[in-house]
Amino acid sequence: MAVLDFAMNNSLPMQAVPPDWPGGYWWHWLFFTVVLIVFILTMVLGVIYIERRLLGRMQSRLGPNRTGPFGLLQAVADAVKVLLKENIVPSAADRVVHWLAPVVAFAPVLILMAVVPFQDGALLADLNIGVLYVVAISSVTTVGVFMAGWGSSNKYSLLGAMRTVAAVVSYEIPLVLSIIGVVLLAGSLSLNSIVLAQDIPFILLQPLGFFLFFTAGCAEINRSPFDLMEADSELVAGFHTEYSGMKFAMFYLVEYAEAIAMAAIITTLFLGGWRGPLLPPWLWFILKVVIVFFVMVWTRTTLPRVRIDQLMALAWKFLFPLALINLFVTAIQVLAWPDALPWIMVVINFAIMGVLVLAWSRFFKLGWGRVKV
Amino acid sequence: MLKFERFGLGIAKGLAVTFRYLLRHPTVTQYPEQRLNVSRRIRGAELVWSREKCTGCATCAKACPQGAIEIVTATNLVNNKYEVQTYRVDTGYCIQCGLCVEACPYDAVFMGYSFERAKYRRGDVIQANDELLESASRPVSGYYHPDIAEKLPEQTLLIEKIVEKRK
Repeated sequence: MAVLDFAMNNSLPMQAVPPDWPGGYWWHWLFFTVVLIVFILTMVLGVIYIERRLLGRMQSRLGPNRTGPFGLLQAVADAVKVLLKENIVPSAADRVVHWLAPVVAFAPVLILMAVVPFQDGALLADLNIGVLYVVAISSVTTVGVFMAGWGSSNKYSLLGAMRTVAAVVSYEIPLVLSIIGVVLLAGSLSLNSIVLAQDIPFILLQPLGFFLFFTAGCAEINRSPFDLMEADSELVAGFHTEYSGMKFAMFYLVEYAEAIAMAAIITTLFLGGWRGPLLPPWLWFILKVVIVFFVMVWTRTTLPRVRIDQLMALAWKFLFPLALINLFVTAIQVLAWPDALPWIMVVINFAIMGVLVLAWSRFFKLGWGRVKV
Repeated sequence: MLKFERFGLGIAKGLAVTFRYLLRHPTVTQYPEQRLNVSRRIRGAELVWSREKCTGCATCAKACPQGAIEIVTATNLVNNKYEVQTYRVDTGYCIQCGLCVEACPYDAVFMGYSFERAKYRRGDVIQANDELLESASRPVSGYYHPDIAEKLPEQTLLIEKIVEKRK
């Protein structure tokens, strides 16, 4: 009975269908599937343009400005070019795996967006285990990348894919641990409820969690400075060296769609999702996604690529212990002072973040892992 | 003492630099539409030759490390004069070293000021006689000739593009 009461009184949105939706579940499904696909594709086009222009300007160049007004159609032109290209499969390739890899890599990104709310209740499926779903699905892309690396039968592809797997396995841990802080504060795993719980954005209450999540997220989607898997100065193009034509386009799409998905999740978990004054919620959501993406581009153009041992050391010796400490600190705060004034907690949490980052930078050392026999 | 550069301040400084660059005018020129003035003493493409000043002494041909200059002279018995019959330069061989200009005792050869002298046919690269004279499309560079350099426009530097107002 108690469980039932809990479910009734807390009115957790267990069902995805809004009550006033005409036609029931399948119309809802169709509508949001189309919206998600259109959203991802148009955002990818826009985001490629934004990234190339910003990279250009930050490197004292102009970026693409020839195709269409202000070069806006550059991504379209690139897409057309790459789609018309010949599809070459290496003769030694594992054809099925080689063919399947781009699909396996791209599908999870679309699936991932299903639980991200565009405004209150406007999402494909309001899962009550949304965060778990996100964590589980976001790792599947790695399988696609590894399939690509393995199926190409090329040493550079395989090296790139191995690096990806190593990076993702390591960075998954601080990523998940830093999400748990947010879950503790919100008291729910549903992304919609997490957004509703953010009267002040969790980036202020969880600055360290945001920092860890952003870093680990950048590593997870293999964006620079953690883009070891496609380190073009070492590995040609990493896992997609042997891809051409539409399959290459698919991987290109995955790269940016992943960035958008990660930006959307960061927005939802830390920046208050669709909440904001004046503007309509979906616009706030897109605006925040673009802002997060801007920070990704900014760090990309500023920081040089890390070495593989630095990558591993950062994950295991820096992010992982900090994520654990952050988890405990948040748990204590939530248990001990559940009714504390949020602004006092903001100040305390920022202080804790500063002290921890400084202290751990002092402890941080490369190497020291080798055992002499 | 803590060196904050090692604790994230370095990254913050780097981010500040890139952000400043974002707001600054980019140091590029969009070439076919916008052009920069080249150096007034540029050793540009294509030698310019003056028929009036040339005496056919062939000092330039001897100075040329590539052997790109071919000069044929003959005595004109009617006018009782020594004159140049052919002055031919294979500009494809020319390495723009400027030695011929420095060697010429009569200031009859000049480096070109232009740099967009690409040809569609390989034969066009070999130029002789009237093709080598100064013209609107083949201006003379001020290399080794300070008097010519003074009249040419000042070179634009990329540093000026940064401070230039955004259009």
